[in-house]
Amino acid sequence: MSTALPDQVLRGAYKEGFHDDIKALRKVAKGASHEVVDYMCDVKNEPDWMRQFRHRSLDLFLKQDLPAWMPGLRDIDYDAITYYMSPVDKSANRWEDVPEDIRRTYDKLGIAKEEQKLLGGLGAQIDSEMAYHNIQESLAKQGVVFLSCDDGLKEYPEIFKEHFAKSIPPEDNKFAALNSAFWSGGSFVYVPKGVKCDIPLSVYFRINAEQFGQFERTLIVCDDDSFCHYVEGCSAPVYTTHSLHAAVVEIFVKDRARCRYTTIQNWSTDVYNLVTKRAFLYKNAVMEWVDGNLGSKRTVKYPSCYMVGEGAHGEILSLASADKGMWQDAGAKLVFYAPNCTGRINSKSISGHGGRASYRGLVQVNEQARNCRVQVNCDALILDPVSRSDTYPVMEIDGDLATVEHEASVSNVSEEQLFYLMSRGVKKEDAVSMIVNGFIEPIVKELPMEFAVEINRLINLQMEGSVG
Amino acid sequence: MADTFEIQGLHVNIEDKPILKGVDLVVRKGEVHALMGPNGSGKSTLANAILGHPKYTVTGGKILMKGESLLEMDTDERARKGLFLAFQYPCEVPGVRQSNFLRLACNARAGRELDVMEFYDKLGQKMKVLDIDEKFMKRYLNEGFSGGEKKRNEILQMMMLEPEFAIMDETDSGLDIDALKVVSRGVNELRGPGLGILIITHYERILRYINPDFVHILVDGKIVKSGGSDLAAHLEEHGYDWIIKDAEPVSAPAKGR
Repeated sequence: MSTALPDQVLRGAYKEGFHDDIKALRKVAKGASHEVVDYMCDVKNEPDWMRQFRHRSLDLFLKQDLPAWMPGLRDIDYDAITYYMSPVDKSANRWEDVPEDIRRTYDKLGIAKEEQKLLGGLGAQIDSEMAYHNIQESLAKQGVVFLSCDDGLKEYPEIFKEHFAKSIPPEDNKFAALNSAFWSGGSFVYVPKGVKCDIPLSVYFRINAEQFGQFERTLIVCDDDSFCHYVEGCSAPVYTTHSLHAAVVEIFVKDRARCRYTTIQNWSTDVYNLVTKRAFLYKNAVMEWVDGNLGSKRTVKYPSCYMVGEGAHGEILSLASADKGMWQDAGAKLVFYAPNCTGRINSKSISGHGGRASYRGLVQVNEQARNCRVQVNCDALILDPVSRSDTYPVMEIDGDLATVEHEASVSNVSEEQLFYLMSRGVKKEDAVSMIVNGFIEPIVKELPMEFAVEINRLINLQMEGSVG
Repeated sequence: MADTFEIQGLHVNIEDKPILKGVDLVVRKGEVHALMGPNGSGKSTLANAILGHPKYTVTGGKILMKGESLLEMDTDERARKGLFLAFQYPCEVPGVRQSNFLRLACNARAGRELDVMEFYDKLGQKMKVLDIDEKFMKRYLNEGFSGGEKKRNEILQMMMLEPEFAIMDETDSGLDIDALKVVSRGVNELRGPGLGILIITHYERILRYINPDFVHILVDGKIVKSGGSDLAAHLEEHGYDWIIKDAEPVSAPAKGR
């Protein structure tokens, strides 16, 4: 099998790799400093507790070392990064009020205004700040709150403070500390008791600046018996330098509520994507992470469900595609603190053109979590001999009567499958694409339609010339 | 020429082991040929080599379809030219929906995008002939199918793709009598002046339902006897032994090799 594929084919395939000249209204000097923290607190006009929290987080970040198992991040030059930069000073809630040059960028990305019609709400972040955030009137009338995280802090200080950094404290890991120090933008979502928000709330994150750090923070609270589906997408220009994306997403799914969080990560291969995502599940709550990783230079991300209430169900569907120059260290965590809970992880990865995909998973059943059931499936498809796949599953089971199933498989595109499809007149490249798309189908079918189409398109582009 | 499928002096190796040692066979459109032979005689090798499976190396001879040589063509091109193989062990392709796959294959064969309504009308008709449930189309290609369902699916694909020459590799194996009748019904419906069929089988059973015009016996990589449909009945009664004994004097190396 030949693996030769010219660089420009892949570069050309990443249609989001352009950058626009957008004037920064606010910009700080490079480097992670306490001065930057103070500047941000000043321009954002934040309460003192947040200022203290940011400073404390920065100290933690500077002090903390990388865990030994997290390789491939040593060459990040933190001093070369700009930690806060924004072309806007406020989030508009009418598309016409978004500055024209930013609208142009979003038009090119296809985040057209029309898309709002299919959505319960739409948010658009560029660099450090949300340029746009709006929610459908019908949802707003029912009390659904969908704001930038900064506006959430201002307008709903009590709900905000009650939950903020409670599932992911800055002590959790180096990048959670980094985010806690410099967080800006992201979403604040509150769904009141019993309200079903059945059309998705969608947010698009765009990095436009070079050597930049984007640290959005998202806080979602689904109150008792409510439902919401939050969808996020992202992209960045192709430069020759590196950028950093270190987000923190905290979700609280209260009694009997259900939340689904869908991510289609499509960063350019300039971006280090180091994200902490965690949901707390209360009594009989349901949380579903649908996590698609298609881009970035390096992704370190393990969406987690912490079952803190009895009878909760946590589910993580993870899809990673590692193309040339990428290392997707994706996975999932299920942590059980309460009895009679269930959890499921379904992970699929594809690696080609020398890309590397790793599954890193944790299933932890604590002593008080009796009678829990867990099912883990992870399947890897390796397209050529220069690509790589690893699996690092960790299981810590202390609770009684736990049922834990773990299945893993590694496969190639088989000669027999190719021959079978080709014997029906299907061209080889179409046959490969069919097999690969079939492999990820169990996850893709969970995605909203337009995302499913986009994923299939991206995967097909990445697969071009990878088997042959 | 335009109506023939012709194999001339075909030699095929698996790795370095010679399996076919000079096979000659001509199938004309409208004819049904049966190729019989004991286990290990090279029947499936012939089927796979005709479609160009990468594991089988053709070391000599020719395969001509409508006068055109197939050996230089990739498998998919051979198929688009009107060649079909019903597999002995059809492959499972998880996540690929039957309906999507069939539509793509039919479009490839037709060389154009077929009208969706027309496609589904035709599919519905053919499924009826083969007693296939509607739900079947929503399933993934051969995934979790029973042996009988897989074989029926092969015939359905054959009916949809409308080949000019079809090879059926042990389609009868693993089928109970009812399934065999259904499959045969499908094949008999296809039978006609536009299609030449080569049925590869170990047993005479399927030939009771699909009556062949010619029967050939393959032993140790060569066709050692050809005849009419009575030859199959004779085999059923007497087994392969008499023919193997009979064949010995002619099992010298093929001419020109």
